[in-house]
Amino acid sequence: MIQLIDYLKNRPTTARLIFVLTVAVIIVWSLTVDTSHGHSWFEHYIPAFWSLFGIVSAVVLIFVARWYSRAGIEQEEDYYDN
Amino acid sequence: MTTSFFLHPSLLFIVGAVFLPLVKEPFRRLYLILVPIAAFMVVVYLGFNQGTYGQFNFMQWQLVFGRVDTLSNIFAFIMALMAILGTIYGLHVKEAWQHMAAWFYVAGSIGAIYAGDYLSLFLFWEMMAFASTFLVWFNKDDAGAPAAGMRYLLVHTFGGLLLLMGFVLRYQATGSIAFELLDYDNATLSTWLIMSGLMLNAAVVPLHSWLPDAYSKATITGAVFMCAFTTKTAIYTLARACAGFDILIILGVVMAVVGIIYALLENDIRRLLGWEIISQVGYMVAGVGIGTALAINGAAAHAFAHILYKGLLFMGAGAIIHTTGTAKFTSLGGLYRKMPLTMLAMIIGGVSVSAFPLFSGFVSKSIIIAASYEAHILWAGFVLTMVSAGTFLVAGLRLPSLLFFGETKLDSQCFEAAADPPWNMQLAMIGAGLLCFVIGVYPLVLYSMLPNQDIAFYHPYDLYHLSETLQILAFTAVAFWFFHKKLVGRDRIYLDLDWFYRRGGRLFLWLAVHPIQWFDTIWGKAYRVVGLTSLMTTARFWGWFDWHGIDGIVDGSARLVRGVGRGVAKWLQRGQIQQTLCLAISFVAIVLITYIWID
Repeated sequence: MIQLIDYLKNRPTTARLIFVLTVAVIIVWSLTVDTSHGHSWFEHYIPAFWSLFGIVSAVVLIFVARWYSRAGIEQEEDYYDN
Repeated sequence: MTTSFFLHPSLLFIVGAVFLPLVKEPFRRLYLILVPIAAFMVVVYLGFNQGTYGQFNFMQWQLVFGRVDTLSNIFAFIMALMAILGTIYGLHVKEAWQHMAAWFYVAGSIGAIYAGDYLSLFLFWEMMAFASTFLVWFNKDDAGAPAAGMRYLLVHTFGGLLLLMGFVLRYQATGSIAFELLDYDNATLSTWLIMSGLMLNAAVVPLHSWLPDAYSKATITGAVFMCAFTTKTAIYTLARACAGFDILIILGVVMAVVGIIYALLENDIRRLLGWEIISQVGYMVAGVGIGTALAINGAAAHAFAHILYKGLLFMGAGAIIHTTGTAKFTSLGGLYRKMPLTMLAMIIGGVSVSAFPLFSGFVSKSIIIAASYEAHILWAGFVLTMVSAGTFLVAGLRLPSLLFFGETKLDSQCFEAAADPPWNMQLAMIGAGLLCFVIGVYPLVLYSMLPNQDIAFYHPYDLYHLSETLQILAFTAVAFWFFHKKLVGRDRIYLDLDWFYRRGGRLFLWLAVHPIQWFDTIWGKAYRVVGLTSLMTTARFWGWFDWHGIDGIVDGSARLVRGVGRGVAKWLQRGQIQQTLCLAISFVAIVLITYIWID
């Protein structure tokens, strides 16, 4: 396992390629899946809806977290000591 | 049911803990393994022979110590299982006290789960709170541990009092102390008090700040125990008493979101994991709030899976703290070469919590989300799905990348010394990791234990659900690829609602130092100017009277009273807050019980 990680670490292009290919395979496969089990109209009619949902969720959470911490929640580590 | 055999598993833990200091090596380790295994076997036996055991009459109340049904069985089962794993993980710990505290804590948890009435529930509830406080206090490596333990104890004392007031009021109104489903449509003050008391232990926002605070300060093995028992025992009690309370859906979803936002920021491994507990317990609270058969099954299944993968994550975090001595992302990194097994364990824990197919979170979390769709609460389903993207971001991507990959920030001496932990810690991690995998691959082992067996088994591995999950995971990873620089560790802390009592205490101190002191000084001056002269005159007269008249009679008795009084006062005012607290609680309990009894 350590060798595998070292191998990929020395070949970042290969690692990136594997990642992009995996994502592509997942999308293409998802387009073939029957979406009639979805719970709402956008699941039925937007192709690869959950991909969109996933990336938007993650980005929104990251930015909300950063904004929230800058709003005064982030403090020095010795905040409670003095 | 009196004919069947009944031995309370908590009793095994309590007796086991009491005799533990007498058992010395080389038998100690054997004893440490055998007691939890024996308790686990009793729980399994009771699971096959469900019924109501251990009924006693105490004054005019009927206490039920052993209500074993499908709901309590699954929770007792996982608690007893986790007690075995946790004890193995802590096998190298020499101090008997740590094991004793942990076992009393487990005894409290299983006792609360089997309790059928509020009095015995309360007894075990408080046992849990007090025993677990010691798991924080025993941590000698962190200077902040005593204060954190004190805050933890104070908050839980407050929660215990809410529960106590709630069930006493309820007893006044209904004349029953049976611990059953509360009536939401005719909720009274007592309903809300009981619910708040239970919610505090489940770390429901806004009663949650104790969790990351205490869990990040506990001993390494203590945190492994704590992450499993308190919140999930509370989920059991909520599922028992508050199933279908709409308000819990909103609170649960809020918990899930707030927890994940803090987890995206935190710099301390165990604070991050603590926030993630809040987030995951949010799913369970929402499930309890939905309250349908499927949702309760989901909450129980997710609690079961959660205990295993979260235990695993805390074990991994403990291994890192054990070998490197630090818990901060800003001074870790690049550990994959030094701690491969720990890395594997944390990745298994991470993908389990992120609901990867083939791992335990996938088969449990989705039941709650499916239940929210089925109950037509679409918004909850979508927000919880969004949070599961965040969970993967935190536990599947942020955590391993900051700990095991990237450049190490440890100094070279520490980095060279880093290694996988002792064999017993490794064994516990392997055991928990395997269980996460087994449940993910073969969910029937979990599903066949769920509380509501009359509904159809949920099928997690249908194509649509698989494609949904894989798309979300893949594109969360894409987002991480672009924005991972925003999620690095920073040398900062992130304020939370505990600010109010940590800073609030200071406000009180400031009041004591400034206005109150000022008033005292002024008062003292006035007293000296006006009062002293007249006082001196009267005092002289009374002095004369006392000297000549009373002394002879009173002296003897006065000396006696003074002696006794000083003794009592010394005992009461030793300034040890834990004893004062204990006395205060006992006093409130006695007053309340007398009050009902006389009434």
